[in-house]
Amino acid sequence: MIELAWLIPMLPFTGAVINGFFGSRMPKKTVGLIACLVMAGAFIISSSLFIKILSLPVDQRSIEVTYFTWIASGAFHLDIGFLIDPLSTLMIMVVTGVGLLIHIYSVGYMHEDKGFWRYFAYLNLFVFFMLMLVLGGNYLVMFLGWEGVGLCSFLLIGFWYEKKSASDAGKKAFVVNRIGDFGFVLGLFLLFWTLSSHGVTSLDYKTVFASLHHIDTATITVITLLLFVGATGKSAQLPLYVWLPDAMEGPTPVSALIHAATMVTAGVYMIARNNALYAMAPISGEVVAVVGICTALFAATIGLVQNDIKKVLAYSTVSQLGYMFAAVGLGAYTAGVFHLMTHAFFKGLMFLGSGSVIHAMGGEQDMRKMGGLHKHMKITSVTFIIGALAIAGMPPFSGFWSKDEILWEAFEKGHTIIWAMGLLTAFLTAFYMFRQVFMTFTGECRADRHTQEHLHESPKIMTVPLIILAILAAAGGIVGISFFEEGTAAHHFLSPVFEQGGHAAANVGGHVAQNGEALHGGMEAILMAVSVAAGLCGIFLAGLLYYAPLKKYAPSFWRPEVIAAAFKPVYALLYNKYYVDEMYDHIIVNPIKRFCGWCLSFDLGIIDGIVNGAAWTTRLWAWLLHKFDIYIIDGVINSAATFTGYNSGFWRRLQTGRLQNYALIFVIGLLIIVGSALLG
Amino acid sequence: MIENALGYPILSILIFIPLLGAALLFFVPGRNKEMLRLTALGFTLLNFFVSILLWVNFDSSTYKMQFVEKSRWIPSIGVDYFLGMDGISILLVLLTAFIAVIGVLCSWSAIEERVKEYMIHILILETGMVGVFVSLDLVLFFLFWEVGLVPMFFLIGIWGGKRKLYANIKFFLYTLFGSVFMLAGIVALYYAHGSATGEYTFNLLKLYEVTYPYNLQWWVFVAFFLGFAIKVPIFPFHTWLPDAHVEAPTAGSVILAGVLLKMGTYGFLRFNMPLLPEATVVFTPVIIALAVIGIIYGSFLAMAQKDIKKLVAYSSVSHLGAVMLGIFALNQQGLDGGVLQMINHGISTGGLFLVIGMIYERRHTRMISDFGGIAKVMPVYSFFVMVIVFSSIGLPGTNGFIGEILILMGAFKASTLAAVFASTGVILGAAYMLWMNQRFMFGKITNRENAALKDLNLREVAILVPVLILILWIGIYPKPFLKLSAASTAHLIEVVKSRTTLTEVVGDDTWAAHSAHAAEHSPAKAGHGHAPSAHKGEDR
Repeated sequence: MIELAWLIPMLPFTGAVINGFFGSRMPKKTVGLIACLVMAGAFIISSSLFIKILSLPVDQRSIEVTYFTWIASGAFHLDIGFLIDPLSTLMIMVVTGVGLLIHIYSVGYMHEDKGFWRYFAYLNLFVFFMLMLVLGGNYLVMFLGWEGVGLCSFLLIGFWYEKKSASDAGKKAFVVNRIGDFGFVLGLFLLFWTLSSHGVTSLDYKTVFASLHHIDTATITVITLLLFVGATGKSAQLPLYVWLPDAMEGPTPVSALIHAATMVTAGVYMIARNNALYAMAPISGEVVAVVGICTALFAATIGLVQNDIKKVLAYSTVSQLGYMFAAVGLGAYTAGVFHLMTHAFFKGLMFLGSGSVIHAMGGEQDMRKMGGLHKHMKITSVTFIIGALAIAGMPPFSGFWSKDEILWEAFEKGHTIIWAMGLLTAFLTAFYMFRQVFMTFTGECRADRHTQEHLHESPKIMTVPLIILAILAAAGGIVGISFFEEGTAAHHFLSPVFEQGGHAAANVGGHVAQNGEALHGGMEAILMAVSVAAGLCGIFLAGLLYYAPLKKYAPSFWRPEVIAAAFKPVYALLYNKYYVDEMYDHIIVNPIKRFCGWCLSFDLGIIDGIVNGAAWTTRLWAWLLHKFDIYIIDGVINSAATFTGYNSGFWRRLQTGRLQNYALIFVIGLLIIVGSALLG
Repeated sequence: MIENALGYPILSILIFIPLLGAALLFFVPGRNKEMLRLTALGFTLLNFFVSILLWVNFDSSTYKMQFVEKSRWIPSIGVDYFLGMDGISILLVLLTAFIAVIGVLCSWSAIEERVKEYMIHILILETGMVGVFVSLDLVLFFLFWEVGLVPMFFLIGIWGGKRKLYANIKFFLYTLFGSVFMLAGIVALYYAHGSATGEYTFNLLKLYEVTYPYNLQWWVFVAFFLGFAIKVPIFPFHTWLPDAHVEAPTAGSVILAGVLLKMGTYGFLRFNMPLLPEATVVFTPVIIALAVIGIIYGSFLAMAQKDIKKLVAYSSVSHLGAVMLGIFALNQQGLDGGVLQMINHGISTGGLFLVIGMIYERRHTRMISDFGGIAKVMPVYSFFVMVIVFSSIGLPGTNGFIGEILILMGAFKASTLAAVFASTGVILGAAYMLWMNQRFMFGKITNRENAALKDLNLREVAILVPVLILILWIGIYPKPFLKLSAASTAHLIEVVKSRTTLTEVVGDDTWAAHSAHAAEHSPAKAGHGHAPSAHKGEDR
């Protein structure tokens, strides 16, 4: 099975090439079929690889595969190769599995679009790069995938490139991600050169992780922080999250696949992959956790008041990613990756559900114009609610298990503030998610008549993926339940990868199952109850505000308009997303634009001015010399000539050549001589 | 005298094929434009195949000069007709031969007037460029250097745009200004070598053998620097470039960006570093600073441009800054990256000028604001533009990434601060290129003239496909290219290091130590210069 690993990314790549070059001349059916078949192929191989890995003894589950030399310069040598281990196989399962479902869904969703072939070429290409990212056996192959998914994200956000807002959003996503990559690349360089001074000249994960003892804590802290800068870009964390909400300009299935289920989790994957490094840099871990939990809370507050169905989901994605970072930052890698997986299920589901809604509403995304959709689209509505229950952390849905594990780990490791912020976020999440559910699916329909007449459930090709994802979102938590004495299935499977990280974390809390089971059990049950209560609270409060049957029980001050009016400044702040975009424009973008203008003036005025000035000076000097030459040098010569000419002109009168003149002069001369002789 | 395994003077053939083509074109009637174009294409293609032959026969395991040819030229002052090629020059010769073919092809329908003279100039230009990269005699080098200037002067002067006179005089005089200093430097070295050894010669390999007094090195370095820095161009000597690019016809821009600028960076590699190693080390901080300023400053200027050709011209300033940064990182990664990036820039920026030329031919404007929505009417064209744009901003999987990452990696080792600043160029590059791309290709078609634009024809696709292949080839499997120059770059570092106290200045470089080859062939360790035996073949 390992020999076939290269096919996993290459199949989607082939699909992208075929659809990209010939798709425009093929019927849509063929295009869709090719795109889905390559995904199915990749999924089947991934599954068998997963099973293969499961069948191996635990200590043999990490396999390196090398294909060919990519870059070689001096002793620096880098291969294109994969690292197949529990973490990467789990990731490829998620990517190909959820990816396949979203591909199938897209065939229905995009069937009217003229760029159908282009869409599937990009989508397949995205999966290729995503698989390279998670399979890559060294940092630069990961970076290849990292930037590649950024490219596809750029292409797909700006898929409807005729819309200015779409192409703006695509560009913004790419450039903001590049800011993150700036840190990431510097982190890699520092890592590489630090190791190389100890004779380690590889960037392969295995070699690097095995030689970390060469690096001192300060350096590794800097390295891990720089790598994290990359993660804040790709995974939309503070302060680089700004591109993700805008990315909703892309087609909705793209938002589901790229901007919820897979690409944006790359940063979490990266940190989990580098757990050995982060374990050595506790400060970095705390920074990651704090940034993560702050992002989680920050984005959740914005999500409270958004009215665009996709924007709510976008901010909730930012928020949930924050959870994952909080987990990996605290060293709870399994919990983070577990949440990554369940999030892929339920958030993918909700995005696809919102797509189904938008499809039915004829492109309308404003929830204020929706309502009562449950009557018209039962499958969409029920599956969406399952997703919402999962994200709100209601047992026994998947989100409950993963979110609870994160909160428990935070609490158990003594990070009470992080736990409290996480709990608050959980409450807010439940609130805005059910606000969305109630606004969209219950009550009276607020759409115009025309739209109402066309309301319909989506075709099977879209609803079947919804149902499958709903099952996963409901039951995906199963791997996180402690069936086994020594921990959950997820722990069991992933812990070898996180061994190094786990050891360090064990000092602070670590593997819980062994030490103090009773305390663990009792305390965990209480915390579970608290977080479920928080979620229920959120749902209930949302119901009082937005769910008709409950509304009548609400006190008079508990109405959306009243609250918004009472807390007007706060509401405005949240509604305008804390004015962060405006701030960035004001502080960074505009000054840079102005600076560019200054540079241009400087270049044309000063630098080119000197060049032109030199040229002019030369010409001026030449002109002066020219005049000097004409008037002075030539003047002297001409004057001499003029004088001579004048002079000779005078004397030449004597030389007329006429005999009479000569005779006259002769006579005059004779007379003078004779006269003087006579007189003298 | 020919001293190579092939047994025939392949480098002379490479130099004189285009010249022969130019001579032949004199006899083709000027009315028969198709015939003229085909002849020119035939000769450039022939030269390209000869360059491939070179590649096939090239031994990349040694840094020594290969395919050497040498005969007396002006014995009284020690000037030889001396050609040879190492791993750095072969890459540039391959690039030149490739770009020349592209240059002829892209002028096919763009040039309708005086086709004969045009093609003759392109062919003579190719001779000059190849000559520069294979000359091992300084006078011969200088000759080819100046030969290249003349046809370029006519290409801009005759077939150029509205401000061609201004741009042309600026380009010509500025370059000439630098060349004069370079010539003075050459003569100074000539006398220094003569007085030290008693042998007056312009033979580069012999000049390598002497360690010159530091004072002389300093002055000659400055003289060479002026000559080469203007050509590269390094900030602040860059202002001729945007003007020349904007006014030049497409092929002129492609060749200018693709090859002519590399003559400057090549000069640093071939002359400054091995001849003047001590001065090189002393000037390194200055050049690194100028390179980093160039990277950032060029990006900012590119962002402010309204003319698409100017934008690309300023992006060249930025990219060439990166090349200089890599070269003067003075370690294996930086140098390898710098050399590879010279090729990459030729392909990517050459490619950008190609696609700009194609749209200019259709719309006769280069103002970004005149476009928008091109992606809708010209999807094939847009595909190529996007690939080239992403290559230019160094997306992994394209050629630009390999060069950039090696350069930054090397720079990080040499000066972390420089690498940090230079890396911001990666962000800025993405910003100005994607912004340009957006205004150019995306959005709705606002200008009615754009609605009727025809997509690329077969010839244009045929020009761009090789560019595309090279972009991806070098991006995915750069090994053949990196391997070609590896021995030469390793040796170059060894030379600079062994003749100076570089280890103390730049830090302990574990890399060169690892390149066993360089160590093996480093006779210089004991003293200075090459052991005469190292050049048994070439030295007379």
